[in-house]
Amino acid sequence: MIIEVCGPGCPRCQATEKNVLRALKELGMEPGEEAQVVKVKDIKQISARGVIMTPAVLIDGVKVCEGRIPSPQEVRKWIEERK
Amino acid sequence: MVEKCLCEASEVLIFPCSGGSNCGQIANQAAVQLTDEGMGTIYYLAGIGAHDNVMIETAKAAKRVVAIDGCPTSCAKRTLEHAGLMVTDHLDVTDEGIEKSHDFKLNPQDISSITAKVKERLGQAIISG
Repeated sequence: MIIEVCGPGCPRCQATEKNVLRALKELGMEPGEEAQVVKVKDIKQISARGVIMTPAVLIDGVKVCEGRIPSPQEVRKWIEERK
Repeated sequence: MVEKCLCEASEVLIFPCSGGSNCGQIANQAAVQLTDEGMGTIYYLAGIGAHDNVMIETAKAAKRVVAIDGCPTSCAKRTLEHAGLMVTDHLDVTDEGIEKSHDFKLNPQDISSITAKVKERLGQAIISG
């Protein structure tokens, strides 16, 4: 599973990444093994993914959230749905 | 150095009806102009109508949800409300003295006046908190 966190790196983007990592931890998943967390910081790369507002999260190429910070519970739910 | 973040864009979302009349298209062009001027971001009314969860949740998190309708039928406002969203600012183009027709040669002055009206309302909202 590839989880992409899109955002140039402001505090909201960082909070989103933190919540993604927390969700993985809560699910007992090791980042890099079962789920690869990739930060996408380049605006062109972000736009190419169909994201117009950050922070955004994509799981295996599917946008699950944009323009807000998802809670760890939400991220957990999205991961569980795709496992 | 961090590039300009796209996060700020999510605070004010603008939904024009983009309907099939001069007024619907004036609403659309005004939303484009407001986006260009950095007042907010034009967002996917059709996606909200399709009940796309990602888009609905994004709109719920916005500080202001602006609906610009071309006529009193208020399709943009009603579509947003149907999806459970609270419209914070609503403007009907015909309320501003622009007559609805099917002549799509839009008057740039009409677009500017609707843009200014929305800006005025957003400005008032910011002042009143």
